[in-house]
Amino acid sequence: MNKAIEVKSVSKSFGAYQALKSVSFGIGNNEFFTMLGPSGCGKTTLLRMLAGFESPDSGSILLNGEEVVAIPPHKRRVNTVFQSYALFPHMTLEQNVAYGLENLGWEQARIKSRVGEMLERVHMGAMARRKPAQLSGGQRQRIALARALAPEPEVLLLDEPLSALDLKLRQAMRDELRTLQRDTGITFVFVTHDQEEALDMSDRIAVLGGGEVQQIGTPAEIYEEPVNRFVADFVGETNFLDVEVLETAGGQATIRTPFGVALTVPATGHAAKGRATLSVRPEKINLGDQAQGVVFEGRITNKNYMGGYTHYTLDVAGTELRASRRNASREGDTIPLGATVPVGFVAGSARVLAA
Amino acid sequence: MSDTALHATAGTDRAPRPRFWHDLSFWGLLPSRLLMGFALILPIFIIAAVSLATRGAHGGFAWDFNLAGYRQILFNEGWTGELEFTPQYLLIITRTFALAGATTLICLVFAVPVAYFISRQPPGRKAVLVYLVTLPFWVSMILRVYAWMIILGKDGTLPRLLETLGFPAGMSFMFNDGATLTAMVYTAMPLMVLPVFASIEKLDGTLIEASHDLYGNRWVTLRRVILPLTAPGIVAGAILVFVPALGAVLEPTLMGGGKQMMMGSLIQLQFGGGRNWPFGAAIAMALMALVMIFLIFTALRAARREALP
Repeated sequence: MNKAIEVKSVSKSFGAYQALKSVSFGIGNNEFFTMLGPSGCGKTTLLRMLAGFESPDSGSILLNGEEVVAIPPHKRRVNTVFQSYALFPHMTLEQNVAYGLENLGWEQARIKSRVGEMLERVHMGAMARRKPAQLSGGQRQRIALARALAPEPEVLLLDEPLSALDLKLRQAMRDELRTLQRDTGITFVFVTHDQEEALDMSDRIAVLGGGEVQQIGTPAEIYEEPVNRFVADFVGETNFLDVEVLETAGGQATIRTPFGVALTVPATGHAAKGRATLSVRPEKINLGDQAQGVVFEGRITNKNYMGGYTHYTLDVAGTELRASRRNASREGDTIPLGATVPVGFVAGSARVLAA
Repeated sequence: MSDTALHATAGTDRAPRPRFWHDLSFWGLLPSRLLMGFALILPIFIIAAVSLATRGAHGGFAWDFNLAGYRQILFNEGWTGELEFTPQYLLIITRTFALAGATTLICLVFAVPVAYFISRQPPGRKAVLVYLVTLPFWVSMILRVYAWMIILGKDGTLPRLLETLGFPAGMSFMFNDGATLTAMVYTAMPLMVLPVFASIEKLDGTLIEASHDLYGNRWVTLRRVILPLTAPGIVAGAILVFVPALGAVLEPTLMGGGKQMMMGSLIQLQFGGGRNWPFGAAIAMALMALVMIFLIFTALRAARREALP
């Protein structure tokens, strides 16, 4: 794979606080790559290093094979969409978009046509002469995108660009961003703490936590095959059960669950005997007549009707489990509170993780 | 209910308009109104009146309408009453504007980096540095100017230092426009640093990063992002420095030796030793008019800058 970016053993401390602990990964050309993690996980620090606003204490960063740690931001063919958009308030939208092109020394005529093209692309052509203060949040967002994409950077960095938008707009912008990425073929590096955003848009996701890369993979790999408790917990909802691994063989583990059932489940990340954690996603747990796979009994102790689906909290021999069930018909939400129902999940949909 | 009925009730129910002395803000603003009236507006009218009066034979003035004060700024009246153009006072006015302008420019060049540096410090140190900038205000201005006389004068700190470095002994840097300018820059500097600091402090740091990100080097970033966005602070600082500098008296008198006069010292001379109150008042009015023109010009420019296309 042709690597747009290579991060090699990058470490960074701010005083006594270690923001990044020898982080390494590669980002392919034309990839929509997301760095996902809670605040303080080091994702923004990494992004700022790619832009050139921070430099690592040790390690190296390669951009298309070229070492860039010593290269200042204005000489890197990388552009950023800032979280606060950072549009120049004293310039019109046109001037904002033209700014990078002027600094690159493009000819006036070429700048003019490129600015027009970019404004059209983000549907802001009619507002070219306005100033940022006259725009709504979503419009500012689009101008920030147009400004960062206009100079045809090798990599576009996006620092939580959707976090300031309202829900509806955010959904629309996700699609728009994805389309822009496909159309332009530019490598996007996207930073977010919103796992849904990450799963929706990315080709690959790096889950960061505690200054380290926890897992890198496609959205489905991250969601369905988390390698540790942190990833399973941070990405999506899940049930953690304290289990005992009795036997492991060929990526499978035979375990004993707290409510007595023994089963064999995938355990790619973890294969040691003894105490471990079993992760089962709520939507993988089926209730009532839908229960299949490993089936046991549980009592409904709480339910939250969400319209499209219902969240149930179950008591299974003293262990709390959460299950969610799609309300597939008008009569979908039929299991009453307090009822004891069959509960089941397919062994292959659960995962054993290190305790 | 019909429209007419509505109007009728509105007419009869309306409470009587409160008299202005029932309004608390009238009493709250009264002291400053009195102060402004008696200490600022009234004296301006008195000076305006004096500028139009006739010079008294032994100082003072007589209430006879006379434009001689204004005429004297540009023309000298000969024994026979003919008017002769004299550039003498025009030179002083020019020097005044040149020195005040130079003071403003030098202050600006020094203040921008200082203000930028302070704005980059952690909050605690920032407060200390801002305090240090204002520290000279705690010492009387005349003492601060005298301090410069001790530094620059004959046998002063600087000449002695230069002497030990092998320069000729007995050099003096006093009694010229350079000395006046030095003291003016020194006394005005905090007035420039503070407003410039306030506007740089307000400047969003990500805009500077955005400029670097979009291939702008330091110079481009300063010229196209930092300066335009801190312009209000720079204009405020320039006004705070330039306007008082036009009326400087102490610096040209003490540092310039009194021979290189500025408008302020010229006015003082007319009310003192020159015993020509109408002429002094006329120069004062002329100075005020020039300042007003400068301020109106700046205000109009600022208004145009604010206006959105």
